[in-house]
Amino acid sequence: MTEVLLVLTPGPLTTVQDLGRYGYQHLGMPASGALDTFAMRAANLIVGNPEKSAVLEMTVVGPHLAVMKRADIALTGADMIVKLNSKPVAPWKSIQVGPGDLLSIQTVTSGCRGYLAVTGGIQVPEVMGSRSTYIDGGVGGLKGRPLLKGDILESGPGTLLKSPRRIPSAWIPHHDDRVTLHVLPGPQDAFFHQGLATLFTSEYIVSPTSDRMGCRLQGPTVKPNSDAPASIISEPIMPGSIQVPADGQPIILFAEQTVGGYAKIATVLSTDIPKIAQAVPGTRVRFRKVDLDEAHAAYREQEGKLAQIADMLSQQ
Amino acid sequence: MYATAKFRIAGDCGLLVEYGGSIAHEVNQKVRSMTLALKGNAPGGVREVVPSYCSILVVYDPVKTNPHALKKGLTTLEQQLPEIEIPPPRVFEIPVCYGGEYGPDIDVVARTNQLTPEQVAQTHASVEYLIHMVGFSPGFPFLGGLPEILHTPRLATPRTSVPRGSVGIANDQTGIYPVSSPGGWQLIGRTPLRLFIPEQAPPIRYRSGDRIRFKPISASAYEKLRQEEAT
Repeated sequence: MTEVLLVLTPGPLTTVQDLGRYGYQHLGMPASGALDTFAMRAANLIVGNPEKSAVLEMTVVGPHLAVMKRADIALTGADMIVKLNSKPVAPWKSIQVGPGDLLSIQTVTSGCRGYLAVTGGIQVPEVMGSRSTYIDGGVGGLKGRPLLKGDILESGPGTLLKSPRRIPSAWIPHHDDRVTLHVLPGPQDAFFHQGLATLFTSEYIVSPTSDRMGCRLQGPTVKPNSDAPASIISEPIMPGSIQVPADGQPIILFAEQTVGGYAKIATVLSTDIPKIAQAVPGTRVRFRKVDLDEAHAAYREQEGKLAQIADMLSQQ
Repeated sequence: MYATAKFRIAGDCGLLVEYGGSIAHEVNQKVRSMTLALKGNAPGGVREVVPSYCSILVVYDPVKTNPHALKKGLTTLEQQLPEIEIPPPRVFEIPVCYGGEYGPDIDVVARTNQLTPEQVAQTHASVEYLIHMVGFSPGFPFLGGLPEILHTPRLATPRTSVPRGSVGIANDQTGIYPVSSPGGWQLIGRTPLRLFIPEQAPPIRYRSGDRIRFKPISASAYEKLRQEEAT
């Protein structure tokens, strides 16, 4: 039997996500995928899955789930109040569950998005090489939509752990109410002489209207140069792009959009996207400029860290 | 078109390569040629190549390459373009039922340009369009070549939901909504064809650089085709 979890209550926005759908952006398909890829990959590593296995991404409040078969699970990302049969359980470590267990994932205490990995990964059909849910396109995940009450989730082939695993606390990211995001200026930084100075010296607040499409910020107006065009000829968009619409309030785009006609003042490093993905409304955001060498060094460091975590976990 | 491509940094994994600063046939031709050339000859470390009106986004793995190496590889490839065989663009015929419930804004387009709705349909279906770019939503083709007498501004307030298959006009562009989505284009007709089929490979048959021609069909032909598509 491959059925592993029955959804008793789904939470406000719980979706199946993997590392995303790549190679189809030229057809208008966004990548989608887990927004905090560090937490998502770590969750998989804890239960012994390949890093890219599909997990549940849970937003602010998690689901209540009835366990249908033996499995190892791990919770990472946002800190959420989690109870297994009414007893609190800790995140960033493996938990063995079995038929009849009741897993109740409640509200976040810090951060915004939690991840739940299960032995063998969440098994849904691959669409265009990915299991990620793209809600607007109705593609991937569970019938292209968030989880609903009564859904039954299946898991793929996997092996139960021989002994419990945990990630040491030194490796666990903390979610603060203030974050500093490292950015590379561009692609349209030349449109914003004064605007760049504003962006790098101001504090912005995460707006409640943020979603998987993007994180909206409120703060000092980012002004374009007086001779800058009102819009650009639509061009492809990278996740992390900081778009500046006419009102001058920046939007950090995630991975649900393929092209756009607004100028982008700067782009958040991919290693810092997890930080903004975990920022709840009200979080204070600052931006710091880096150069390409620093950005790539941060990327290699992050990959190295995950490789070390994988190595360490496999020895537990 | 620029004499030499402009390279712009798009984050730690993206490099935008821009071939011109305006929507022009020769710029799009260059984008298409480079996209096709990159298909089999991409420099190492390239994850994805995304063409648009004037530029190509090259998504790369920073562990394997960097913009400096990519610029070199892309410039060399551009010089080799004359020797690379680029297949001719394909033409796709899309049946459209114009006006009525399928094209609720056809009267607006007609009034704006002092035409009858019939003339709008006839003119729209009289030319072949170039797919400048596919994006906004899965399979949405941004089409260039709309006759000037059909140019009409976008809706003042976008619709929260545009039905799948709707054909619209926004200023000098026309396009098709392959999935239901919000949208602000003036809707003049609808195709019964399912243009985006996620479980099919490829999920969308046309590419940027291909061409589209519209064929007017009656409401009964629309319904018949729609039923065929559903099975």
